Amino acid sequence: MPLKILVTAKRVEDPESKIKVKPDGTGIVTEGVNYKMNPFDEIAVEEGLRLKEKHGGELVVASIGTERSMTEIRAALAMGADRGILVRHDGPLDPVVVSAILAKVAEKEKPDVVLLGKQSIDDDQNQVGQYLAERLGAGQGTFASKVESLESEAEQKKQPGLVLAADGKSIRVVREVDGGIVTLDVTLPAVITCDLRLNKPRFASLPGIMKAKKKPVEEIAGASLGVDLAPRVVVKRLSEPPKRQGGKKVTDVAELYAKLKGEAKVL
Amino acid sequence: MSNVLIIAEQSGGHLKKATLHAISAGQVIAGRTGGEVHVALLGKGIGALASALAGHGVTVHAADADGLEHYLAEAFAPVVVGIAQATGATYVGAAATAFGKDLLPRVAARLGAATATEVLGFGGAGPAVTFHRPMWAGNVLAEVDLATPVKAFTIRPTEFPAAVQGAAGEVKAVAAAVDLGALPVRFVEFKEVKSERPELTEARVVVSGGRGTKGDFKELEALADELGAALGATRAAVDAGWVPNDWQVGQTGKVVAPDLYIAAGISGAIQHLAGMKGSKVIVAINKDPEAPVFQLADYGLVADLFKAVPELREKIKAGKGS
Repeated sequence: MPLKILVTAKRVEDPESKIKVKPDGTGIVTEGVNYKMNPFDEIAVEEGLRLKEKHGGELVVASIGTERSMTEIRAALAMGADRGILVRHDGPLDPVVVSAILAKVAEKEKPDVVLLGKQSIDDDQNQVGQYLAERLGAGQGTFASKVESLESEAEQKKQPGLVLAADGKSIRVVREVDGGIVTLDVTLPAVITCDLRLNKPRFASLPGIMKAKKKPVEEIAGASLGVDLAPRVVVKRLSEPPKRQGGKKVTDVAELYAKLKGEAKVL
Repeated sequence: MSNVLIIAEQSGGHLKKATLHAISAGQVIAGRTGGEVHVALLGKGIGALASALAGHGVTVHAADADGLEHYLAEAFAPVVVGIAQATGATYVGAAATAFGKDLLPRVAARLGAATATEVLGFGGAGPAVTFHRPMWAGNVLAEVDLATPVKAFTIRPTEFPAAVQGAAGEVKAVAAAVDLGALPVRFVEFKEVKSERPELTEARVVVSGGRGTKGDFKELEALADELGAALGATRAAVDAGWVPNDWQVGQTGKVVAPDLYIAAGISGAIQHLAGMKGSKVIVAINKDPEAPVFQLADYGLVADLFKAVPELREKIKAGKGS
């Protein structure tokens, strides 16, 4: 059964960047910071591609932001997504607003599966998939993982970790939770959020990058969707956490043991 | 008056300790708003647990039903929302565990509430509560205001003490009729990873390994057993399939704050440090003197972990006898 899949691609600071807070606490210093697709969304794009390769169908990538987010959409298209949707919105994005926008996109596109990263590595909120599922009245499979490790043969063969039921009515999700692994069958249309161990995302090939330039991207004005765009998670102030006073070295195990016992008193 | 509802987490009638930390966070808010703390407890066969929880000076709303035996966000959310509305709760919270992070946003969406994730503490004045929470892998602290009438939050358990026993509160039974067949999801199974060691987030000592172990955790396991410690790992070690997923400490894994954290063969990526820098004492053992973990460690030892870890274990063992 061919699947229509909607996947998200948020533009975030490169996780390798050094993040510094502006002196007035109104934001972070963006000079010299690189941007890329949220790594968890990359996993979602990869999983969408694998599902499409196995079952056929269409993979649509959506992002919300300014013109700059077109870079992340093109990155997903270069990996192999078929077309893009950019919802233009220049302002703070919180999970309430983002999930409301994505719900509008999903209502129009009617995907069988929505795949999202479980969280974005800038705000670290881990909410959008859950809000979206509730808004759509859909089942949620959060923190999707798989049983095999990322070094396994199944992973080498780029098999999807999400397994579509034979009748095409549900999708099996293996979830990483505290103290074990939960397996759920989520009815389609389903909302799935992707965790680290679901797959290793592919790199875009040169032909892929060339093709991506010609793939269609629809632009929608955020204000045209009939969604209240006012942020509900209002960031009042940012600050840097207190620094740890570390850096002391010991010369050998005997000194380490003596310090842990005598000075730190943790043994 | 703003009441607070805390969602309890249990498994087979056993309480997850993180719940007690969430209750104490709820008590802080209630102290400021002049409200009461209510607790929602959902499951099957939870009567004894409901009474025990009420002993923390809270009213427990217990929904005991067949359809709630296995946790499903789709089944739990409507029941929690019913309790939130019945108690007039304007703050709805849980611990930031896999359960809390999966359930709370779904509850919040039904209540039209915004959510603050992984809350470390509260700000603002009087009944106007703001939330302190980490962003960018803990490199930034944010103070956020939730601009919705009902506010939802998950707390980081290591940042709040466990609630203590208080005046016995009331237990109220909540009727919950759950039609599992009507839900857009079906529970298949839960495979528990059993361990004799303490839970990672609750252990007094954590012994953690990274790429430097080259997949050989035997010496770390032996040291952990000697110390009664939990075992942790970096994302690299987990991704390589060397150790189970739920050992991962970091931005996207578990956040721990033990009395003693021993990082062996860990270079110290910021994503890993985000999960352990709240530890009281950090020991780093690494061959590379330039490893970033040393900047954070209280005691750094430049050494081969395969030599240093067994030596440390022998000293601890010998020290116990004296």
